[in-house]
Amino acid sequence: MTLALSGKDIAAKIEGKFPKSVVEAAAESLLVEAESLSEIAAYLKNTPGLDFDYLTAVSGVDYLDCFEVVYHLTSIEHNHSLVLKARCYNRENPVLPSVVGLWRTADFQEREIYDLLGISFEGHPNLKRIALWEGFEGHPLRKDFL
Amino acid sequence: METTKEIVINTEPFVVNFGPAHPSTHGVFRMRMTLDGEVIVDMEPVFGYLHRGIEKLAEERTYTQIIPLTDRLDYLASMSNNLAYCLAVEKLAGIAVPERAEYIRVIIAELQRVASHLCAVGFFLNDCGAFMTPVLYMLRERERVLDLFDMVCGQRLTYNYMRVGGVSQDVPDEFIPAVKKFVREMPGWLDEYERLLKENEILLARAKGVGILPRDLAINIGASGPVLRASGVPWDIRKADPYSIYDRFEFDVPVGLAGDCYDRYRVRVEEMRQSLRILRQAIKDLPRGGEVRSQVPHLIRPPVGEAYGHLEGPRGELGFYLVSDGSIAPYRFHVRAPTFINLTALADMMRGWKIADAIIVFGSIDICMGEVDR
Repeated sequence: MTLALSGKDIAAKIEGKFPKSVVEAAAESLLVEAESLSEIAAYLKNTPGLDFDYLTAVSGVDYLDCFEVVYHLTSIEHNHSLVLKARCYNRENPVLPSVVGLWRTADFQEREIYDLLGISFEGHPNLKRIALWEGFEGHPLRKDFL
Repeated sequence: METTKEIVINTEPFVVNFGPAHPSTHGVFRMRMTLDGEVIVDMEPVFGYLHRGIEKLAEERTYTQIIPLTDRLDYLASMSNNLAYCLAVEKLAGIAVPERAEYIRVIIAELQRVASHLCAVGFFLNDCGAFMTPVLYMLRERERVLDLFDMVCGQRLTYNYMRVGGVSQDVPDEFIPAVKKFVREMPGWLDEYERLLKENEILLARAKGVGILPRDLAINIGASGPVLRASGVPWDIRKADPYSIYDRFEFDVPVGLAGDCYDRYRVRVEEMRQSLRILRQAIKDLPRGGEVRSQVPHLIRPPVGEAYGHLEGPRGELGFYLVSDGSIAPYRFHVRAPTFINLTALADMMRGWKIADAIIVFGSIDICMGEVDR
């Protein structure tokens, strides 16, 4: 059985390393500041004992007051998982750091989120629409898209 | 008068559009290839031609109404999609599934894996140049599975059979004897294919060592299913994170060594044998009688929250990320489509190979455009 690590335990580890980076730590997920997302992701991937080498899924959600991007992380070596989240509040031009440098699987998934939700990922090598055509107006998965 | 001059063939990279409508793209898929002569310098996959906005559509439907939408994702393995979605909703709403339904689900899901792998292997051989002969034999066997599905739900492609909390109806009396017959006969057919193909010189020449996906890259690009396992990672959700009742069955996880096209083909064939092994155990232990669906309200209102449910589909890890706001429709419905993510490494697998190998590499990852584009 894949062991779902508690966000609280991970938060305790991260807090010492990156102060003020954790927004909310719950049993099933860990919400971090967008500015420290890259550092925390690198820490989770490269720290022995955590070794989150496999990024299962990247999902974007529009909560109207903010956009939330959810990273489902798994470690194949230790068979444990963690749900990492980050939010951006700017509706006009939402930006989050890209994690493509760490997990290349994020390449298409971030492009999909950019296409359908309009979140830009800073540092993505090829950020353009993936499901819809270039020139399509708007981002259909936003809640205010009709 | 000039007599001899060194002849230099000046090659310039040029771009060729491969697809979107091409017989070996398995759907509407375009590869923008940069070629130097016959050699692939770079490749950019372009897709979205089949995008139907299923994720947006799902936000307007009740939890039960979404099940037929999931049929239209990976239409070669609709039962697995049904099941993955139902697992996610059950996790979100905390719904238990009756014992008999769990067994029926496992039987159906493994039959679906066999049917899907038959398609994958058959069309892969088609791409290799064994034009139409192997695929027709494999489709013959796939038909038997479709007949079994026809028996349980009256459909042959889009089943809409699983329900949240069980399955839509119990299997008919003639179903189990028919599955038994299939499980008895299938190993013979697999042996026959293996005798013809395993050591086949043309297949070895064309697929062995071609399109290698190294182990570390396979993990980094988030590959799953036979593509990941052919690269030597024994990662199977049925073993790593057993859902339903998979922890009760004995089976092995076949892995490849080289991560080439031939290994991906071999892993699929071995997986069919393992599926038959699970089927034998599941039929033996299937409880007689009893409910096949737990008491679930017509309009499911899961508590506010989120859940990620996943399973090992024929093409890899199929996951559904659901967010509930307490209403009758999901607030967000996201599909972690395995072949969409497996495509990330396609360019890496193709670079440096000839254009004729591109078809084989592409065929070996076994994509389904319904799922890639959603």
